[in-house]
Amino acid sequence: MQPDTDPPIAEFRATTKMFGEVGAARDLNLSIRKGEFLSFLGPSGCGKTTALRMLAGFEAPTSGDVLIDGERVNDLPAHRRPVNMVFQHYALFPHLDVTDNISYGLRQRRPRPAAAEVAQAVEQALETVRLPGYGRRRIWEMSGGQQQRVALARAIINQPKILLLDEPMAALDRKLRRDMQIELQSLQRSLGITFILVTHDQEEALSMSDRICIMRAGRIVQIGSPRELYDRPNSRYVADFVGKSNFFAGTVSRVEATGTALAVAGGLRIIGTAAPGLAPGQTASASLRPEQISLAHGTTTADGTTCVPVRVVNRIFLGEHTEYLVQHDDLGAFLVLVPRQAEASEGSFEPGEPAFAIWRDGTALILPEDA
Amino acid sequence: MRLYALAVYLFLYIPIGIIALFSFNAGRYAAQLQGFSTKWYGIALNNPFVVDALHTSAVVAATSSTLATIFGTLAALALPSVRGPLRTIIDALIYIAVMVPGIVIGIATLIALVTVFGWLNPLLVALWPFAEAAPQLSMGYGSLVAAHGLFAIALVIIIVRARIAGMDRSLIEASDDLGATPWGTFRQVTLPQIFPGMLAGFLLSFTFSFDDFIIAFFVAGSKTTLPIYVFSSIRRGVTPEINAIGTMVLAVSLGLLVIAQFILQRGRRPTT
Repeated sequence: MQPDTDPPIAEFRATTKMFGEVGAARDLNLSIRKGEFLSFLGPSGCGKTTALRMLAGFEAPTSGDVLIDGERVNDLPAHRRPVNMVFQHYALFPHLDVTDNISYGLRQRRPRPAAAEVAQAVEQALETVRLPGYGRRRIWEMSGGQQQRVALARAIINQPKILLLDEPMAALDRKLRRDMQIELQSLQRSLGITFILVTHDQEEALSMSDRICIMRAGRIVQIGSPRELYDRPNSRYVADFVGKSNFFAGTVSRVEATGTALAVAGGLRIIGTAAPGLAPGQTASASLRPEQISLAHGTTTADGTTCVPVRVVNRIFLGEHTEYLVQHDDLGAFLVLVPRQAEASEGSFEPGEPAFAIWRDGTALILPEDA
Repeated sequence: MRLYALAVYLFLYIPIGIIALFSFNAGRYAAQLQGFSTKWYGIALNNPFVVDALHTSAVVAATSSTLATIFGTLAALALPSVRGPLRTIIDALIYIAVMVPGIVIGIATLIALVTVFGWLNPLLVALWPFAEAAPQLSMGYGSLVAAHGLFAIALVIIIVRARIAGMDRSLIEASDDLGATPWGTFRQVTLPQIFPGMLAGFLLSFTFSFDDFIIAFFVAGSKTTLPIYVFSSIRRGVTPEINAIGTMVLAVSLGLLVIAQFILQRGRRPTT
C-alpha cells in the first residue's frame, strides 16, 4: 500500500445514486489508495453494492463524481474502464469452456493479441489460481470453488487497475471460504492490484482488508483499519457490526479527561472513553466487548474496577474461549468471553449459578445513540 | 380409470398407426392388408402433383419460419425495454395471435388481402410506366408466407422471450466488464444464449406451416400445399399413396418436434 500523499487510484466525490425516490448511495466521499485491500461492509441494502457498481460502470451516479486514476468516469461505459469484477454468482459464460472464459477479456482487445500470447496468458492465469490443466473443462463440470477461481482468473488476466469483488465468497461453504480468503489476500499482495471487496460478513472484512468502509442506509458511517474500527468505533452501529459487543443505555453524567461516566440502570455508573462531542445530560450507550469482562466466583473491591452480581444463564463452548450469557437484575442480559486459562484458574461456571462480572473502569466506549 | 385412459390413447393413436401400417400395404385397397411393400412411397414421390405440392409446402414453410425467426427474435430482444400499458397490449396481442383459431386467421387474412389487392391493383395499372400489362397482386406464395409468418412470429417471440427471461443478466454485465462492445456482447454472449430458443422456434414454426391446412386453404390462391393436395385427393377415396404421404408428413413433423423439444430441454440445463 502506498502512502496517503500519492494520488488515489479511485475516488468518490459527493457521489449520490438515486433509484427513483430511494437513495441507494448518498453523498459518498472516499479516496481509495493504490494497492490497498478495501472492503465495503454493511447489511444488505446499505449501498455497498451500488458503490461497487458505480466503479464498475454498471450504474451512473445521479450526482457527484466517480474518479478512476484521476479521470472522471461518470459517463464512461463499463467496457472502457480499466477495472474488472468478480461477480457474486461468478457469471461465467456457460457456452464457453474454461480457457475461452478466461481469455474473453484479452480477445476483446483491438488490435487482437496473438493467439500464442493469449494461450500463454491463460496458462499463467490458471497457474495463478491453482487450476493448471483445467483449461478445456466445461463450466458446469467445475465445483463452486473451482468456478470462483475461474472467475478470478478471468478478471486478473486483464491486469485491471482495480479488481472489484462482489460478495465472491457468499456461495462457498465455511471451510472453503476460509481458504479462499487467505488465498485472495496473498494474491492481492503478490499482484499489487487494488482490491475492493463488498461483503456483509464482518469476519471476512476484518481478516482480509487493509481498510474497511462501513455503510448504513446508503451512507458511509466510518472508514478505518480493522483495528481502528474494532477499538474506536464512532457509533453504536459500528461497534455492533464489527465484532460482538454489549450495550448499556444511559445518560452521560460526567465528562472529564480521565473518563466519561454514564449513569445506567440501577444507579450503576460505567466509566469509559467517550466519542468526541458528548455532553452531560445526553443519552448514550456504553459498549463493552465480551472479552473486556471477566467472571469470578467471589466479589472484588479492587480499585478501578466495577464488579456486579450476575446469574449465569447459558454457556457456549468455543474452544479457545467459553462464551457466557449472564443476567444482571438492572443491566439485563449480556455476554462474557472467558479465555481457557482464566477458566482453568477460576473454575467453570454452571448455568443457574451466581457469579460476579468484573470490568476495568475506562475500558468501555461511550457512544452516542445512532441517529 | 386406467382402462379409460387406455381407451383414450387407443382412440387417439390407432387411426394414426393404421395409416402408417397401410402405407406399407402391398395391395391397392385401403381396407385389407396384402403383404409389405414400400412401392406406394415410390408412387407418391413420382407423382408430379405430389412433388409440386411438397415443393410449395417446403418453400412456404422455410420462408415463413425463417422470416418469423428473424423478426420474432428481434421483437423478443426489444420487448424488455417496452414498459407500461403499451407492453400489456403488445403481450396480449402476441398471445391472442397464437390462440386465435386457424379458420379465423384464414378468413381474416383472405378478406384483408383481397381488399388490399382490390385497392392496389387498379393503382398499379394506372401507375405502370411500361408498355406491357401491369402485374397483378394475387394470392399465392406471398399470402401463404404472410399468413403463416404472422402466427409463427408470435410463436417465436414467446419461445425466445422465455429464453431471454431465463438468461442470467450478469452474463451481459460480465461481458461488458471484460471490455466487449455492445455488439461484441450481443454476438458472443446474447446470441449463443438465445440460439436454442431461436432454433426451437424455427422448427416449431416450420412444422406448423408444413402441416397447416385451414389457413392455407383460404389464402393459397392457385397454389397447392401438401395438406391441400391430400384433402382434395381424399375425395377420390383413400389410397395407400395418401397413407404414404400422410406417414411422411407425420415423420417429418414428429421428427422436428422432437428435435425442438430436445433443444429446449438441453437449453434448460443448469449451468451453476
